[in-house]
Amino acid sequence: MSGADNVVWLGTPAFPEAAREALADTRLRANLRRATGTIRDKRLAVAAELDDWEELRETAATIKRRTLRHLDHHLLRLEKAVTAAGGTVHWAADAAEANRIVTGLVEATGEKEVVKVKSMATQEIGLNEALADAGIRAYETDLAELIVQLGGDRPSHILVPAIHRGRSEIREIFRREMGEWGRPAPETLTDDPRDLAEAARLHLREKFLRAKVAVSGANFAAADTGTVVVVESEGNGRMCLTLPETLITVMGIEKVLPAFADLDVFLQLLPRSSTGERMNPYTSLWTGVTEGDGPRDFHLVLLDNGRTATLADEVGRQALNCIRCSACLNVCPVYERTGGHAYGSVYPGPIGAVLTPQLVGVENAASLPFASTLCGACYDACPVKIDIPEVLAHLRAEAVEAKRRDRLLPTTEALAMKAAAAVLSSPKRLAAAQRLAAFGARLVAREGRIGYLPGPLAGWSATRDAPAPARESMRAWWRRTRTNRRDKGRTTAKGKEAR
Amino acid sequence: MSGRETVLRSVRRALGDVPGSESPDDVPVPHGRRVDHAGPDVVGLFIERAAEYRATVVRVPPSDAPAAVGRALARTGARSVVLPPGLPEDLVPEGPWSWLEDVPPLTVDQLDAADAVITTVATAIAVTGTVTLDHGPGQGRRALTLLPDQHICVVRVSQIAPDVPEALNLLDPYRPLTLVSGPSATSDIELDRVEGVHGPRVLDIVVIEDA
Repeated sequence: MSGADNVVWLGTPAFPEAAREALADTRLRANLRRATGTIRDKRLAVAAELDDWEELRETAATIKRRTLRHLDHHLLRLEKAVTAAGGTVHWAADAAEANRIVTGLVEATGEKEVVKVKSMATQEIGLNEALADAGIRAYETDLAELIVQLGGDRPSHILVPAIHRGRSEIREIFRREMGEWGRPAPETLTDDPRDLAEAARLHLREKFLRAKVAVSGANFAAADTGTVVVVESEGNGRMCLTLPETLITVMGIEKVLPAFADLDVFLQLLPRSSTGERMNPYTSLWTGVTEGDGPRDFHLVLLDNGRTATLADEVGRQALNCIRCSACLNVCPVYERTGGHAYGSVYPGPIGAVLTPQLVGVENAASLPFASTLCGACYDACPVKIDIPEVLAHLRAEAVEAKRRDRLLPTTEALAMKAAAAVLSSPKRLAAAQRLAAFGARLVAREGRIGYLPGPLAGWSATRDAPAPARESMRAWWRRTRTNRRDKGRTTAKGKEAR
Repeated sequence: MSGRETVLRSVRRALGDVPGSESPDDVPVPHGRRVDHAGPDVVGLFIERAAEYRATVVRVPPSDAPAAVGRALARTGARSVVLPPGLPEDLVPEGPWSWLEDVPPLTVDQLDAADAVITTVATAIAVTGTVTLDHGPGQGRRALTLLPDQHICVVRVSQIAPDVPEALNLLDPYRPLTLVSGPSATSDIELDRVEGVHGPRVLDIVVIEDA
């Protein structure tokens, strides 16, 4: 999957093929089943504690919808407020421009190293790679991002990017790689999560203490005050936001909220939906720069990179409501079995299936809208009420349309649909087709099931068993058993046969 | 054309369906809370919820506050303790500790070597067991509560708000703010929760009646 260069692709093949490989990986499936199962139960428990949960969701969705409808207005208010508080606002139309801006800002400080807070936006634009090209080393400081970075890997989950790794794999990665990046892992390192977290603490502490530049993302930004918010658990965020002299925050333009007061709804919904906690351990809020506390220079980079293309689609724009909580991943039967890498971009799971095609153009991720059973669990779990199934169906139509535009000859699927339309629009043709199907079924069915079809239908039958059509259609049976019985049996008004 | 113009133009083009007559405030958002999540015993709930997040919580009369702080320091064996500017002196216990004042500002290495820090709070949230710092007098700049291994904060009963909306209402958005719920934690390894990653490993909360 690729074709567009404004987002980072994981280098995996298109979803169907990547999913087939992932399904064969039993360790991955065990890791995912355990992890998603754990977090699902937690989320349900803490969401159930608030009797007005549904009302909160509705409020959050309303705020998001309202903000997006006047996004330019709110972005300009945000810019004004951040500037008034001593920050500098930059605008980036795409990944290349955002990377250029951030690289330039780091180069201006003369530093060769930056520490990073976990950020989906910087993963999306491939910032670390762009910095590396300029000779600047970016250190990920979130534990999972560190595991991913040390393992030369890619994130596979929005909240826990290393969810595909088990504890013993993580121990191996730490022992092998930590020395290359800084303080090596202790010789006696076990695979106990407490031990692994301690190794990360020691490894990163020296980096925090000497870092002069930090790069972060943002969970929210309030347009009225210019306040930016980062929600986290480990404290690595606080370290990066507090200790360096320069802070550069890269934020998708859809993260803006009209007012500081709107945060109350989101700070109730996000932790409960995300980690299944009443509140995450640390939330940092800052407004520009503060004399004597924290960075002296603050830069906010507002990123478009396909978000306005998403905004232009009246059905699809609701995907921009997303607050990156990952609840939809954890309840998705497809994600639970394929893992995140199969989705091809840094946004996996149901939200990835609706967000990635819109950020890059549906023709560049045509299989993603189909990577779903449309069961609707994601919609129920979403704290900002993104109707993911609705957007998926809408994008499926667009993907088919895009395919049709690009081809001189119709696809097999299109021909089949045309034929079906012709057959279903005429009773005569339907009867003929049913007779033919009943006859054909006897040739290919085994024990009442069709497991394999020849020719162009093989692709369809390879992934499903279909019951064989009945020997006689309902309409044929009706004619055979009812036509000459008018005088014998009559259906009464009560629906019982008169005897 | 600058990035700013490009982005703003794309946004406006994308919103062609929004009628010009519609203003940004046209859709009222209900911010009132229908349900009280805190119940009658706000203080009791705060203590219960903060303890659930592995904070060590005690409730003492104001006269016992310094002794409670001293017990918390003794429990972890802390020796050097950071005192932010403006911390009320009647919260500081008598004892064998070496006190580090942040005037002139301590270096990050000095803070890293310190064992503990004592602060007041700006407000607290009962439903979530959260303490909130605005880093004003008695709380110190953000680094003070970040690098030492133990954070002891003293919360007055009147500072405990029932829920998130009330607490946010009490805060000044123009100050740096930190919401703290329990010690630092991660669930990044097999979603198994581990406490004490980068922030303080230990959070002590001393709840006192108002003097």
